[in-house]
Amino acid sequence: MGEFSLGDLAGKYLLTTMTFVPLLGALLIMLVPRGQNSAMKWIAVIISAIPLLLCWPLLKGFDASITPKTADDAARFVQYGFQFVTNSEWIPLFKGSSIRYAVGVDGISVTMIVLTALLSFICIVASWGFEHWHTSKGLKGYLALFLLLETGMMGVFISLDFFLFYVFWELMLLPMYFLIGIWGGPRREYAAIKFFLYTLAGSVLMLIVMLALFFASGDVDPATPGVQHTFMLPELMKQSNLFTGTPWLLAFIGLYIGFAIKIPAFPFHTWLPDAHVEAPTPISVILAGVLLKMGTYGIMRICYPILPEAAFRFSPVMMLFGFIGIVYGALCAMAQIRGVPRVNPQTGEQFIERDLKKMVAYSSVSHMGFCMIGLAACTPAGMAGCLLQMWNHGVITGMLFLIVGVVYDRAHHRNIDGFGGLWDKMPVYGGITALAFMASLGLPGLSGFIGEALCFMGAYQAGPNVVDEMGVKDPPVFNLIRFSVYYKLLTAISVSGVVFGAGYFLWSYQKVFLGKLNPKYAEITDVNPREQFTLWPLLLLVVVFGIYPKPLLDLIVPSVNYLVGQVGMPWVK
Amino acid sequence: MDEKTLKIALWLVPLLPVGGFILNLFFGRFMHKLASSALACATVGGSAVIAWLTFFHVKADGPIQTDAIQWFYTGDGKQALTFVVDHLLRVDQLTCVMMLIVTNVAFLIHLFSVGYMAEEKRYSRYFSYLNLFTGFMLMLVMSGNLLGMFIGWEGVGLCSYLLIGFWFEKVENASAGMKAFIVNRIGDLAFTVGLLMLFCYIGTLPGGAWTVDLKELAGIFAKQGSVMDVGIITTIGILMFLGATGKSAQIPLYVWLPDAMAGPTPVSALIHAATMVTAGVYMVARMNFLYSMSPGALTVVALVGGATALFAGTIGVAQNDIKKVLAYSTVSQLGFMFIGVGVGAYSAGISHLMTHAFFKACLFLGAGSVIMGMHHQQDIRKMGGLRKYMPITFVTFAIASIAIAGIPPFAGFWSKDEILWKAWSTKNLLIPGQIIWLMGAIAAAFTAFYMTRLVVKTFYGELRTPIGGGHDALAGAHGHDDAHGHDAHDAHDGGGHDDHAAPAEHHGLEHPPKESPWTMTLPLVVLAILSVVGGSICTPHWIRGDFEHWLHDVCPDAAVKHHEPGKHEMSAAGLQGHGPAAPGKPEEHHGPAAMEIILMVFSTGVAIGAIAFAWIVYRKKEGAPAEKFVSEHRELYELVRDKYRVDELYENTVIAFQLGANEACARFDNAVIDGAVNGAGEAGASTSLYTGYFDNEVVDGGVNAVAKAAQAAGRGTRSIQTGNIRTYIAASVIGGLFVIAFFCLWMMWVTQQGGK
Amino acid sequence: MNVADFSFTRHPLENMLVLSAIIFCAGLYTVMTRKNAVSILMGVELILNAANINFVAFSQYLPSAGIHGGVFSVFVILLAAAEAAVALAIIIGIYQNFGRADVDVADLMKE
Repeated sequence: MGEFSLGDLAGKYLLTTMTFVPLLGALLIMLVPRGQNSAMKWIAVIISAIPLLLCWPLLKGFDASITPKTADDAARFVQYGFQFVTNSEWIPLFKGSSIRYAVGVDGISVTMIVLTALLSFICIVASWGFEHWHTSKGLKGYLALFLLLETGMMGVFISLDFFLFYVFWELMLLPMYFLIGIWGGPRREYAAIKFFLYTLAGSVLMLIVMLALFFASGDVDPATPGVQHTFMLPELMKQSNLFTGTPWLLAFIGLYIGFAIKIPAFPFHTWLPDAHVEAPTPISVILAGVLLKMGTYGIMRICYPILPEAAFRFSPVMMLFGFIGIVYGALCAMAQIRGVPRVNPQTGEQFIERDLKKMVAYSSVSHMGFCMIGLAACTPAGMAGCLLQMWNHGVITGMLFLIVGVVYDRAHHRNIDGFGGLWDKMPVYGGITALAFMASLGLPGLSGFIGEALCFMGAYQAGPNVVDEMGVKDPPVFNLIRFSVYYKLLTAISVSGVVFGAGYFLWSYQKVFLGKLNPKYAEITDVNPREQFTLWPLLLLVVVFGIYPKPLLDLIVPSVNYLVGQVGMPWVK
Repeated sequence: MDEKTLKIALWLVPLLPVGGFILNLFFGRFMHKLASSALACATVGGSAVIAWLTFFHVKADGPIQTDAIQWFYTGDGKQALTFVVDHLLRVDQLTCVMMLIVTNVAFLIHLFSVGYMAEEKRYSRYFSYLNLFTGFMLMLVMSGNLLGMFIGWEGVGLCSYLLIGFWFEKVENASAGMKAFIVNRIGDLAFTVGLLMLFCYIGTLPGGAWTVDLKELAGIFAKQGSVMDVGIITTIGILMFLGATGKSAQIPLYVWLPDAMAGPTPVSALIHAATMVTAGVYMVARMNFLYSMSPGALTVVALVGGATALFAGTIGVAQNDIKKVLAYSTVSQLGFMFIGVGVGAYSAGISHLMTHAFFKACLFLGAGSVIMGMHHQQDIRKMGGLRKYMPITFVTFAIASIAIAGIPPFAGFWSKDEILWKAWSTKNLLIPGQIIWLMGAIAAAFTAFYMTRLVVKTFYGELRTPIGGGHDALAGAHGHDDAHGHDAHDAHDGGGHDDHAAPAEHHGLEHPPKESPWTMTLPLVVLAILSVVGGSICTPHWIRGDFEHWLHDVCPDAAVKHHEPGKHEMSAAGLQGHGPAAPGKPEEHHGPAAMEIILMVFSTGVAIGAIAFAWIVYRKKEGAPAEKFVSEHRELYELVRDKYRVDELYENTVIAFQLGANEACARFDNAVIDGAVNGAGEAGASTSLYTGYFDNEVVDGGVNAVAKAAQAAGRGTRSIQTGNIRTYIAASVIGGLFVIAFFCLWMMWVTQQGGK
Repeated sequence: MNVADFSFTRHPLENMLVLSAIIFCAGLYTVMTRKNAVSILMGVELILNAANINFVAFSQYLPSAGIHGGVFSVFVILLAAAEAAVALAIIIGIYQNFGRADVDVADLMKE
């Protein structure tokens, strides 16, 4: 039944432990006297290693198949595929409802939890180079905030209660704001406040819909006892047939906007380049690796199972935005290489922007576009591709930001034109970067390809062959664009994203690594063991999962197929 | 070897070279150069051995495949839209041919590289890439499904990128590598879309399945062929062919191949002559079940092939870099191969693939030998008379040239002629096959012409570079950076020389050219022998060649039956030997058609004539008529020499459009979208200004006004407090009087009431 | 002559009341118009005594009142004495602070 062998107790509290240990670690670090950087670093590493180590029993005890079993399962939500469930009352409300502390994982969350634990650990290790950063602010606050952030991230992925989800969601914002705003680059305050307010605006929409769902739920006939207003996601999923009609389409759109800001989907993406450029390297890694996944995770966990009819009606729009994101993101990334003329808002001077990190940030927008088209299609292949792409993107883009960090630590700038011929002096680094770039542009044989291939195949399969199959009244143009040609056409053009990917990655690689050695960097050092320690595990994952993704897919596919069944787009029937 | 062991050994064929790659990559710098190269050659050699064993097995017992290892999946196949993709190697006759070509030619080229790259600083890295390439190429040809093939497809593109840009210190080499990868990727875009279309079409077909496995697809096509939509099949075919144009350097995506000559010459031999560029031809032949259904797709393939053959052939005449001539020759010969598969004669195309591998590899390796001997000189105008200095190279080069020109009984003749005959006689296209034949014939003439020109200019006459002359400090100074400097600079034809090169380095050779070591000449000899006899198996059936027959089960010639105009009844001719009697069976019962013999004689005559013409022009008259022609038709010459300025056209249109789009998007993002966000922020900020004002003045003003009123009231009432006791007394007295008065009045009123 | 021989008919109550009224008015006039604090105090004493006369008169002329009037007036005298002592102390304080016993000078409590 998916229980850890030490018994029920351990299984019940495994997730809670994984989530709150970093919080304890943060408090522990706050107690360390200022200036004891070494002690703080070690505490942080050990604390962040704990969730990573706990992933082992989590994965071992996780049963990937979803089949309803006993009546007891209903109380523990196993028929929705959730395991390691803890469900206890937290804040009692009126009329028998309450906000519950309910956590549990299914295939979708477990993947994300492992990703979070892994990347957090790697980021802490990457933060060991703190002394090289140009900041006088203390390490203590940084590590404490980071561990707090980790708690928030883990919590989001395990929450089964919408309120709890919201609490953890908001919990992530504040540490992020400070981490970018204090330890970041020259324009850090602007980037931090932009990130914070933008995400908060989306969260407000989420709050409204959350309350709407709460008050609309439980309005079932009084013959069924025990169903009250609820925030519990599995309960809401059970009642998904209540949430039909245009008001819930608007609710879906509200939720979508809240999540789309995080994905980041066009046109809500502009906070990302600034946040990434200004944030220190490990923060960029965790931002790209984990925080961006929460958008699509939220859509998969909340929007789709609870509001399936709205999902169907909104699907073409999501497809469109995903498609735009792919192409537009890639083009903007490529524009960074030639240089984008900008004007400094404070001083008014003109300069050409050629930031390597911004290029990677825009490539993130492009890659998450792949996720979105798979998500919009909501076919087994598309959803599996979306989730797989989320994992892959987390690992690969995390790697890319670490890579940019390596060269930034040495040269203290990220100007693409400012390098040249580095491969000669840094062969290991050049090789790792080449492999990372290849993975990111989706070379078959590496893990990025499978995610993208599944997304394309899934998206191409989508699209009903007959108009208006669900009998839903819609304006005529909405009917028209649901012909299957729409999905296929957009998917076909989206494939050009891989061509653009090849373009900007190889071009930037050439500018930085190939050609004549820039005499300024004749003495540059290759990656040191600590940096290699952060990079090699990710690289290994990329290579292994490219050839043998079965372990990952075994986790993902059953949950994803169940989700597809829950949403039930007409072309999947 | 029994079947079970062979099944497992099959995995080693692509994996051994990949293992060699890993070992050389990580441990190469600890290994002696000899060990590095021995390891690389051994892995490829091992694959070759297994390939030969497989060949014998397939010849005797038929196709063999490995057990499938699950790669990725989306479900159990029972739920709607789910599918499974496995790692699977399947070797049938076609794959066998390709395997043998790839492993053996790769082995010879590995051997050649030992000598050629002897002075190279990154020796083991080079061999690791070469091994990786071989591994990927084998994966491409051996994979049993389209996605596995795609791994190989992209993988060889990656290796091509790495190897072309091997001497990356010069940015032109790196750019050439990038150009190759990106142009390939553009082709892959079309290929992927075609693949998606195929996948979804077959998946949604009644009686179809969600699969990318080639055998299953072939089976579905055989069963359901008559109900399939020809338009969709044609579109798929054309899209996948566009992918092939990228990989196999056809119009419009051939532009990377000439630039790819920036890589080391053995790389050009292996990748850009014998193996990678043939992947497109292999793909079309492999997908014969699809192409045989669609005359439209076949026509496109044949036309593009013919046009490319012609187009590239004309360019080859005006090039002065030995490698560039061979590069355009490759593009042209690939065009021939596509003519072959384009008219539905798949085995003919494959046979030309095979013979071309032999003589083109021989030519390229010979060019490499020449370049080594000429101390990294590539301009044929500076060569001459090498016949005396490098006899083995000369003989092998000449043999290969005759083979490529198509003189019987050398290999090139049989395969080329088979293609031309099939082109003439085909009924599968929407246009008369004779048009294609004409294109091919003219291209063949040009081929003979420019190859003879090349041979004459390189090996005959007198050496046009002085030996031992022009020594000065600069000439002596660059001994070793030439090792990676020179193969990389192509002698700009007619243009300026390299800007950085001191003129001294072109002044002379330090010592006369000498023959290359045995590691280099042995492969040349082997390949030359193959160029002579290798064609024997692809001779037509009436001369006892059984190539077409052997491949018949796997890729039978197409036979499109035309009934009414606009409605074609397709037949994917019987696959795997079962099905209705295949109309595409080679005619085993009667001898050659008269036309076939006539065409053979004609093409031989044309070839001989072209060779003779070139001989006269370049040998007898030292190229004087050519000079006269060039000076009279200056613009035409320059146009051809500049490759019809196609690269410039691409740069001004596609690339400029791309860069413009990039900048437009970036500006849009910054100005409009981010502008909206910042504008929202500004709006928020100024709105807050107004609300702050409102809050301070209006709302707070109300509160303050209340306070002020209270104060005023207080001020008023406070004035009573004069501090003066007497006023207090007065006030209290007056007040008291009032009270008394009131009391009295009240008493009076009460008594008055009481009195009533 | 003793109290028992006093004739209530030849000296009606109103005479007493008029007397106390005259004394009251004198005292009131003194309080309201004099500058000197001691003078005001004397006026206050007059007022109090006028009230006393009233009390005693009513107590005598209305036998139903009993001796309550007299008792009350004893209280009043007592309180008048106490209050005079306190007031004189305050006046001494004012004199010490301001140099004069004028009631106008102590106006520091004005607003």
